Amino acid sequence: MNATSIPLHRSSARIGLSLFGLFVLLVLWSLGIHVLGKSMPLAGALSPGDTFHSLYDLLARNELTRHTLTSLKRVMVSLLAALALGVPIGVAVGSSRALDSGTSGAFQFLRMISPLSWMPIAVMIFGIGDSPIYFLLTITAVWPIILNTSAGVRQLNPRWLLLARSLSATRGEILWRIVVPGILGHVLTGVRVAIGMIWILLIPCEMLGVSSGLGYFILDTRDRLAYSELMAAIVLIGALGFLLDALAQRLHRHWVPAGTD
Amino acid sequence: MSKPTTMLHPAVLEASHIALSYGHAGRATNVVLRDFSLQLKAGEVVAVLGPSGVGKSSLLRVLAGLQTPDNGGVRVHGESLRGPHPRVGLVFQDPCLLPWLTLEQNVGFGLDFRHQPVLDAKTRRERVRDAITEVDLQHALGHYPSELSGGMAQRVALARCLARQPEILLLDEPFSALDEITRGDMQTLLQQITARHKTAAVLVTHDIDEALVLADRIVLLGGQPGGLIGEWRIEQPHPRDAVAAELTRVRVEIVQALREARRAGSPPAELQRAVA
Ligand SMILES: Nc1ncnc2c1ncn2[C@@H]1O[C@H](COP(=O)(O)OP(=O)(O)OP(=O)(O)O)[C@@H](O)[C@H]1O
Ligand SMILES: [Mg+2]
Repeated sequence: MNATSIPLHRSSARIGLSLFGLFVLLVLWSLGIHVLGKSMPLAGALSPGDTFHSLYDLLARNELTRHTLTSLKRVMVSLLAALALGVPIGVAVGSSRALDSGTSGAFQFLRMISPLSWMPIAVMIFGIGDSPIYFLLTITAVWPIILNTSAGVRQLNPRWLLLARSLSATRGEILWRIVVPGILGHVLTGVRVAIGMIWILLIPCEMLGVSSGLGYFILDTRDRLAYSELMAAIVLIGALGFLLDALAQRLHRHWVPAGTD
Repeated sequence: MSKPTTMLHPAVLEASHIALSYGHAGRATNVVLRDFSLQLKAGEVVAVLGPSGVGKSSLLRVLAGLQTPDNGGVRVHGESLRGPHPRVGLVFQDPCLLPWLTLEQNVGFGLDFRHQPVLDAKTRRERVRDAITEVDLQHALGHYPSELSGGMAQRVALARCLARQPEILLLDEPFSALDEITRGDMQTLLQQITARHKTAAVLVTHDIDEALVLADRIVLLGGQPGGLIGEWRIEQPHPRDAVAAELTRVRVEIVQALREARRAGSPPAELQRAVA
């Protein structure tokens, strides 16, 4: 076995194992439906067979496209808002010891409150519609971005700053040429965590007073008693979440050369 | 001696009566340098030797305009220095490359800052390529710093400096982290570059032999607070490998002076090694 074949062999083994894990999940799912079916005749609609059939139908009839796009739009808008808010705050907190000590207690306190607890207040302030969703998702995503950004600023090599000063760099040049690229890896790690949290919170958020999105679609299938479509939506949510995370990981690998972190 | 600028300001770099101290909250201030003066002529290479902690790096930061002395001042071409000068290049002990830039981008880093001379795209590209050729790294343009050896990285740092076509190089133990063979190669390279471009240089080093191989003049810092305690002029032609024997007498003198300086202060480990 030569040196190059080892990692190749390992990565195909990893993919094989991960496919096997998905297969086990499918078996457990079928078994569960089988057991449930004895006491609940409706359970058949939840079986993998019916689910994938419905998923295929829904996708073929283009019925999920609008909901999926709406949900993805909400993720992106909230993520951008969280970045616009979180990166400057993180840079400020990371570069000032006083600001860091001053805010750390308040941040830890706020971070521990489930964003869903703000839901009634968000509706009260922003009314029904997209605005409370954006608000809730943004405050969900802003903490991992602030914390990772400030950690990134703290680990900047002071010699890079000395180098920039020796080249008479202005404050703006230091920010754009040293600080921003130097913390990019940390910010993207924050983005990945934020996407995961947003995606989890998106579904319950979309169950309040909107008429599109995957969360709304779940409530809709329940009202129509279309249980196999409900399961199809659940599978789609899992798959999209998986893809979003893979995308965030890709971005990190693409933009951050080895050795930057 | 014919250029009028040379007549007016025979020194490209002139430090006069530099005094420097660091304040400590609650403790007495630590006076590092007192009344240190140095004149650097165009193309002259001066090596600065001295025990650890005497203030060599601090002195270099003052010469680079990164630190304001308590007293005295620095002039470049007769003009007082306020902040870093575009024609003065700085090389540190660690290469300090930016890991998110390729070798080529690292060399070009700093060519387009607002306070640097404006270059058009073509000149800029040529400057970067020429500097890279000078340190013989044309084959590695697209490599990232994590893919470079210590010697290569330090050559990139040197090229980054050269791309700005400095008249004065300030080097703070630039080769001390390298193995002996690589260090020798880098010394040869630096000697060729300073000779070819008539670049003046202040080279801080712990290595007496490095000073003897490269310098036109060796100054010795010592004492507490630090000041000039010895000065030697080395006039042998380059390369100096062949004339090493002639330099032995100077070497012995420097070692003795350093021993005396050390007896006065605390013993520096690096110098002990060099002396042995
Ligand atoms: N930023 C700083 N703040 C406070 N004191 C400092 C600072 N930098 C250096 N010093 C002190 O100034 C003195 C000289 O330090 P410096 O680094 O200039 O010495 P050096 O001659 O370069 O030593 P070495 O040979 O070990 O590199 C030391 O006593 C050091 O503790
Ligand atoms: Mg030093």
